[in-house]
Amino acid sequence: MAISFDEVQHVARLARLDLTEQELRVFQGELNALLGHFSDLDEIDVEGIRPRPHAVSLTNVLADDVVVPGLSRDVIFKSAPKSRAGLFVVPIIIEE
Amino acid sequence: MSHPKTAVELARAIASRQISVPEVAEEFLSKQARAAELGVFLNVDADAVRAEATAIQAKLDSGWTSPLAGVPVAVKDNIAVEGQPLTCASKILEGYIPPYSASVTNQLRDAGCLIAGKTNLDEFAMGSSTETSAYQLSRNPWDLTRSPGGSSGGSAAAVAGGITPLSLGSDTGGSIRQPAALTGIVGFKPTYGRVSRYGLVAFASSLDQIGPFGTTVEDVAHLTAAISGHCGHDSTSLPDAKIDISDLKGGSLKGKRFAVPREMMEEGLEDGVRQVVEAAFETLRREGVEIVPVSVPSVKQAVTIYYIIAPAEASSNLGRFDGVRYGPRIEGDGHAGSSASTRGQLFGREVKLRIMTGTYVLSAGYYDAYYRRAQQVRTVMADEFAALHRDFDAVISPTSPTVAFTIGSLSEDPMALKVLDSCTIPANMGGFPAISLNAGLADGLPVGLQLMGPVMGDERILQLAYTVEQVMPKVQLPFG
Repeated sequence: MAISFDEVQHVARLARLDLTEQELRVFQGELNALLGHFSDLDEIDVEGIRPRPHAVSLTNVLADDVVVPGLSRDVIFKSAPKSRAGLFVVPIIIEE
Repeated sequence: MSHPKTAVELARAIASRQISVPEVAEEFLSKQARAAELGVFLNVDADAVRAEATAIQAKLDSGWTSPLAGVPVAVKDNIAVEGQPLTCASKILEGYIPPYSASVTNQLRDAGCLIAGKTNLDEFAMGSSTETSAYQLSRNPWDLTRSPGGSSGGSAAAVAGGITPLSLGSDTGGSIRQPAALTGIVGFKPTYGRVSRYGLVAFASSLDQIGPFGTTVEDVAHLTAAISGHCGHDSTSLPDAKIDISDLKGGSLKGKRFAVPREMMEEGLEDGVRQVVEAAFETLRREGVEIVPVSVPSVKQAVTIYYIIAPAEASSNLGRFDGVRYGPRIEGDGHAGSSASTRGQLFGREVKLRIMTGTYVLSAGYYDAYYRRAQQVRTVMADEFAALHRDFDAVISPTSPTVAFTIGSLSEDPMALKVLDSCTIPANMGGFPAISLNAGLADGLPVGLQLMGPVMGDERILQLAYTVEQVMPKVQLPFG
């Protein structure tokens, strides 16, 4: 099942990756090569096999609800690309 | 301090006052030209190293002791050390300084280890050669034209090059064991959940595991013991996670049964690697080990399921890098445009390819065909290995099908690099412990031997590896 140029463009949009046309073409080739390799999955019969999402069995663990000091605002905003008055400055999401 | 010296020997010299921790720190700092030649570090904070050395010495002077006190440990740059830059070798995290330390960083400090610096890696740990770093190449101390493997190539080169006796890496599909094999040292991936992943930048959360590099199994065992244990900050941390190495030297090979998956001795195995590994098997037989060839059919699908599951998890984990919370931002059209510009321009090629792959295999219409099916094969693989672990004392194989390859030689064929991980991936898929140790040289380059054990069988596999190490040929590392 080959992946088309339009599909590659669609996947890049879903992944929030702004790619050049040249990059899209390169990735189209590489994704098609990978998908070709993926066909060997069919060699194993997985009928009725439970999918394994994790390496070891996990049970949900709840922490005690104890108040502890968090990181200070100054420390948090030190790494933000833009901040003002104790808030993250982000690009406009909803236009007026 | 004269090399070669193991971490345990160095710690002993420090404890007996033959050398002070500040002297150890200065010795380490004096090696920065060699470290730069090998492309080991992305950041070394000399002031922090000196301050930490002074503090450790003060603790020792007050009567405190610890098996690794004063020993320098290099830390892969996808693990947080508070106040020191964390880049994951990516432009998208340039300038980011984490406001907290990873649990393993705190454990290193509790053990009195000297945090030496942050080591180079493949960008976000995606790669098998350390060539996808956005900042620099790392080089193999055995031959500077060759790769040290990856993704923890900087951490492996630190130890094999004699820069630090110990280092930490992370292993998602073999990223500790493969570079350990290619540089002739010891690398261990513990059972998933026995070492906290809190403060490790997530690549593929169900596979990632932090682990140690050292020149001997004993050194690696001590560092493993120091960083293991339950962590309340990591919801995947196991309850009885602490690794006890008190029986490390009490093993014997006589009467042991090791399984060798035929599939790991087939595809792409270089003749030189085969000869060294078969010679190692012969040595083990002479020591009383029964080596039993077995078939593990799912091994043939290891690389495929890795290249579905790991990118799927990565595409989700790397969603947080959008130019809003940390790192640089490249402006675009509104929030979505800004995010796409930042990610499109600041992620490297391999990272973008894996995000694209992951997004595709998780997208509507393809989820069942790829992701769900890969997880089903993962179940088959984990069950096949669990059965072997019940019947045998260990599963044994080459770590890498090739010796260290020339830098750039595989970049034209991405799949050629990816198949290098076929022997190491099953341990990540099943969460079980696996260790690589040196088995000898092929054409003057190291060959790794991998031992795998059951989930929670870390103590058993470390003990077996220690015992095996005693009968393997001794190899002199190329310290500069």
